[in-house]
Amino acid sequence: MIAVDRLAEVFVEVADTLVDDFDVIEFLESLTRHTAEVSDTASAGLLLTDPHGQLQYMASSSNSVKLLELFQLQYQEGPCLDCFRTGTAVVNSNLHQAGERWPLFAPRAVEAGFQSVHAFPLRHRQKVIGALNLFSTDVGDLKPTDVRIIQCLADIATIGLLQERTIRSAEILTEQLQSALNSRITIEQAKGVLARTHGVGVDAAFDLMRGYARSNNLRLSDVARAVVTDPHRHPELTATR
Amino acid sequence: MSRMQGPAAVVVDDLTARTAHANRLIDDEPLRARGASGATHRLERLCTALTRALPASGVGLSLLTDENRGGGTVTASDSKSRLLEELQFTLGEGPCIDAYAARRPVLEPDLGTHGMRRWPGYARAAHEHGVRAVFAFPLQVGAARAGALDVYRAEPGSLTADALTPAVTCADIAMGLLVDGQARVGDRRASPQVDDALANRLEVYQAQGMVMVDLGVGIEEAMARLRAHAWAEGRSIGDVAQEIVAGKLTLDRDSP
Repeated sequence: MIAVDRLAEVFVEVADTLVDDFDVIEFLESLTRHTAEVSDTASAGLLLTDPHGQLQYMASSSNSVKLLELFQLQYQEGPCLDCFRTGTAVVNSNLHQAGERWPLFAPRAVEAGFQSVHAFPLRHRQKVIGALNLFSTDVGDLKPTDVRIIQCLADIATIGLLQERTIRSAEILTEQLQSALNSRITIEQAKGVLARTHGVGVDAAFDLMRGYARSNNLRLSDVARAVVTDPHRHPELTATR
Repeated sequence: MSRMQGPAAVVVDDLTARTAHANRLIDDEPLRARGASGATHRLERLCTALTRALPASGVGLSLLTDENRGGGTVTASDSKSRLLEELQFTLGEGPCIDAYAARRPVLEPDLGTHGMRRWPGYARAAHEHGVRAVFAFPLQVGAARAGALDVYRAEPGSLTADALTPAVTCADIAMGLLVDGQARVGDRRASPQVDDALANRLEVYQAQGMVMVDLGVGIEEAMARLRAHAWAEGRSIGDVAQEIVAGKLTLDRDSP
């Protein structure tokens, strides 16, 4: 059930991340968080295609969703994959009844505490370039208006990636997708560096990095890159305690 | 190398197959007695192989660093492409330089009009040499980068998805060759490249960062050492990475 009164604020916040010093990973992470927020009982994840046409993990609102997204990619089974292959949304799918459709994924998702699942395509012209997943702890209650709103958020993700609609949009899309994928890799490398430096797990390392970026008003991708290639720029973050 | 069962094997095998296929194309390129070292020679054959595979009128590859945006080392499929690569350094502008700096591909299907606005000097010169489209791919893995690969075409028009794939695959292979050059483990053959198909997992990148700290080296060397270790142990990069992330394995300076 979509919290309509929060909706206007959500769209304003998303629009802000679009114009303000755009960082693609932060934008996608914030989009998944907002998608989750807007649909009270849900968590959200986002996958994008690479130039080989394979879906890759990009962002999520919670760790359990991230693991489920990676699970779908590893076993090539799940709502995201169906949505990607057909180009149409998967809506209100009751996980308890999805054993035949997703024999590996459905039980795993139920184990993680979810009861229903939805996936919305990110579309550019006739191509599907990714999928926005919702995992809900309730059973399928997305109404038609809710469905349209989530699809709208997925479309906003596409627009955010494109940033402009021009004749070169196909090229820009490829460039943006590659750039986003590379940012993701940089963040993972930085997580490794910080995890070893501070003797913490990679998730704690990510929180450190994101917290530092926010309190210093820096872009996450820039901080991640500096952690890997120029650690002296952020001694507070990179120096061993 | 552990193999995943079921549908996952399809994805991995697609990537493995693509990389293996590209490496075979490179293997099949005629050997030219030039006296170049193993890696440089293979990079040149990568350029010629890609020219045939796309097809394209030429392929050039430039090594770049933050310090020497002007004057990187150049490899190319033919002398005209080599000239166009070097021209970018002379003029201080061009798709290779932009792709490296921006850390993203720079794809210009229309050098004659749109390209002229982007790189007035370079586009004019390239145009005179019959080039109508240029597609540049940075050689990078996350924060690690080595340069860029340029694809030249004599007709304007976008690269289709079918052509994009071998270009990106070759950029990945080139990056691997350059990274391995760092570790100086001799003239590497194709097999470690095949392993890379499994190396898309997030843990591999995390492990790269960890090895940086463990060994006190930069990211490119960390990548090379991780690959070298997996190769020496006959294990997949993914498995080694998983152990490093789990804290069960720490590479030290004496590790192979």
